[in-house]
Amino acid sequence: MSEPGEPGGTPPEQKEPGAGAPDLGTDTSGPVDTLDQIPMGGVPEPGETPAEQSPDRASTITEMPTHGEHRDLEGGHATTTGLSNNKMGMWLFLGSECLLFGGLISTYMLYRGRHSGSIGPDQIYDIPFTSVSSFVLLMSSLTMVLAVSSITRGDRRNAKLWLVITALLGATFLGGQVYEFTTFYREGLGFTTSLFSSSFYTLTGFHGTHVFVGIIMLLSLTGMLSRRRVTGDEAEVVELVGLYWHFVDIVWIVIFTLVYLIPA
Amino acid sequence: MSTDVQHHEPPVEGDLHEDDHHGATDKQYVVIAVILAAMTAIEVAVSYIDIGPLFLPVLLILMVVKFLTVVSYFMHLKFDNKLFSYLFYTGLLLAVSVYIGALAMFHFFLR
Repeated sequence: MSEPGEPGGTPPEQKEPGAGAPDLGTDTSGPVDTLDQIPMGGVPEPGETPAEQSPDRASTITEMPTHGEHRDLEGGHATTTGLSNNKMGMWLFLGSECLLFGGLISTYMLYRGRHSGSIGPDQIYDIPFTSVSSFVLLMSSLTMVLAVSSITRGDRRNAKLWLVITALLGATFLGGQVYEFTTFYREGLGFTTSLFSSSFYTLTGFHGTHVFVGIIMLLSLTGMLSRRRVTGDEAEVVELVGLYWHFVDIVWIVIFTLVYLIPA
Repeated sequence: MSTDVQHHEPPVEGDLHEDDHHGATDKQYVVIAVILAAMTAIEVAVSYIDIGPLFLPVLLILMVVKFLTVVSYFMHLKFDNKLFSYLFYTGLLLAVSVYIGALAMFHFFLR
């Protein structure tokens, strides 16, 4: 549409009623061409000025989304599948992570015997120490699922408590891994010592990085819950972080058996 | 002009949604964690005890059972929509098949 005042444009005084954007202060009976033309609070009734709109109606429409914003009338998510897109995206991400860790684990399996003359896996692993680390990570999965259970019940206080405990257990596991790496290095197993050492440090290092990212996510989530900064469904956000954390745990279940318990 | 926009009330707290009921209580989660810890202890014990040819199968079976228990109960996949299971297990099966194939190839062709 030509702008008023332009050559060939319609002068303002010649504009026909109902043409173009409605003048909300005077006439709202004209058609609305785009959604952008609908004012906040909805289009007023004929003869109604924006100031005369029902306060309830305006506040309902312009209200910020809160808990359950993505739900439809049946309680499902208002998406084409009826499922949460965020949750679906997380499961898809975890499925792709299987390929990442599958590659790292199979590379280790291939190279774990390649340490000619240098330290091998059977001489260096401390099974009792790693067993305790595994137990700690397993218990962090329990505290994580208790956090999800608490937030689902609406118990934010206990949810935050369990999240902090989960982060602390994760930090304990990570501290154990740092101690293990330091011990191995002092015993002469550097990253480039052998193909075995390279594949071992790469695999367990990648897992440790995932644990570290998980701890940051847990602590950030706790802070956001405390300040009520979580937008949307709080229970779903906690569950998504929980899915990531449990995935870190199941990867360690595989690593613990294939790398530490089964000898080369 | 009247608006046809429908505004939904948020679901009542405690409503059971398709993907909100997680099928286990806190006590059951604790019991599952104790079982997982016991299986870890058995794994470690098996690595110290000589059980002959059963060594590898026992460890692998315990690993798979632990893996599936965490995925099914702690990650709620058993109680969630099947689409989530398809997404995850597709990636897992693809990874397992691809890397078993790759390791088999190295095993047979690089001897």
